[in-house]
Amino acid sequence: MITLYDYELSGNCYKLRLLMSMLGIEYNTVPVDFYPGREHKSDWFLRLNPLGQLPVIEDDGLVLRDAQAILVYLASKYDPSGTWYPRSDPALLGEISQWLAFADGITGTASAARLHDGLFYDLDVESARAGAHRLFRILDEHLWFGEQERRDWICSGQHPTVADIACFPYVMLSEEGGVSRQDYPAIRRWCDRVKRIKGFTVMSGIFPAGPARAA
Amino acid sequence: MTPTKCQDQVVLDLWHPLAALAEVPAGFVQETVLLEERVSYATDGGGNAAVWLSRPDLVAGCPFEPGALTRALPAKVAYGYIWTSLGTPPTELFFIPEYAEPDRRRLNAATVGVNVSAPRAIENFLDMGHFPYVHTDILGAEPHTEVKEYDVELSVERDEIVATRCRFFQPKASTASTEGADVEYIYRVPHPYCSILYKSSPVDETRLDVIAVFLQPMDQEHIRAHMMLCVLDDENEDKVIKRFQQTIFGQDKPILENQFPKRLPLDPRAETPIRADKSAIAYRRWLSQKGVTYGVIPAAT
Repeated sequence: MITLYDYELSGNCYKLRLLMSMLGIEYNTVPVDFYPGREHKSDWFLRLNPLGQLPVIEDDGLVLRDAQAILVYLASKYDPSGTWYPRSDPALLGEISQWLAFADGITGTASAARLHDGLFYDLDVESARAGAHRLFRILDEHLWFGEQERRDWICSGQHPTVADIACFPYVMLSEEGGVSRQDYPAIRRWCDRVKRIKGFTVMSGIFPAGPARAA
Repeated sequence: MTPTKCQDQVVLDLWHPLAALAEVPAGFVQETVLLEERVSYATDGGGNAAVWLSRPDLVAGCPFEPGALTRALPAKVAYGYIWTSLGTPPTELFFIPEYAEPDRRRLNAATVGVNVSAPRAIENFLDMGHFPYVHTDILGAEPHTEVKEYDVELSVERDEIVATRCRFFQPKASTASTEGADVEYIYRVPHPYCSILYKSSPVDETRLDVIAVFLQPMDQEHIRAHMMLCVLDDENEDKVIKRFQQTIFGQDKPILENQFPKRLPLDPRAETPIRADKSAIAYRRWLSQKGVTYGVIPAAT
């Protein structure tokens, strides 16, 4: 069975819990005391991931780090519909990779601001917030134009992909870092769509969607 | 001493928590913010702490030499935390006798920065009505949403608010729970910015787990919340117990940060309470009577 090295308040760990819930995959959790214990910098964890970062999974003897890489792996291996990471569609795979990298940018800005405010990380929070707003403007515009073409998700096609999962958590948690989503209506509508995907699950700080509006 | 930015003498004279002793590397200067002032502290590794208003010759990260320190602030180590005051604090901090019981697990679940006033956070801590909606399937679940009648009194002798006979159905009251249970709660508010909760222990029905929030006001609308656990659990690792409490607090955080207005209004007409808010009403009245103005919107006089 898959083992997830996990911290509850980590949006990057939540990406994997979220996809595994949507795919109906069972897994074991090994809690890592990221805060205040800094267990991700402990000797035993550094042997697992020399970068000292969460999440990490183990599956069938494979040890894999990096939330985006693990999303690609899980979807490729465990999604029988092949829609979360469509391996036979080169253009779509390119799009997905582009937005997976974008998700890393969200981690470097919106998530960094949240770590500063909540867990007292010493970093330039104003620049982190400005960076998050720059990325949110780009994402909001992209989603808005998508809506005009009846595209519900970040990438082309009828189905959500791992790119949606990768971008969702730290967008949803941005207000904990002082980054308001008030000016990004298309992002807010997209978040609501993600929350209505079958198998959606919450983490601390993210609530389920309200009752569905009448069609 | 230069005048403090906080002008509330009641709050200046309180003991305030700064950090969990176990998390402070001994012998080096640490820095934090209390009531808009930069405050430095250090420990000697032997359970003693020194606290002072930050100064340029003793910056964060410096090795700390106790002899170099003049004009220190009052300092106290209690319940696993370092406490200080910017005014003239009472000799004793409020009393938590259970902390001395040797078979309890004593932990700082976490110290978390929250964009909220201290009184708003205390009021949320006292509220049982939000359990099924915010802590779904942990501290509450629909349809068990009713807050049953409970008692609130102001203990004149101890100058603290006590809510008793609180009962709530909880699917998973703690890490040691194996099934849902009607859980009994007692709340104490012995300090304007600190509250202590006692709840039935799933391990021993004659005893109570103790969970406290000690709030460090950085300014009127930002706090560091220190979460103390003093619980009965001989099964789970520390990190599992901490994770449970952090999960709960992480669910409260967006609710706290979206309270408006951020400061707690003390005018009884400002917000409409329901029966379940009895302890909150007593808390607001108690703050008014004490004359607390920091982190609140005082009632018009």
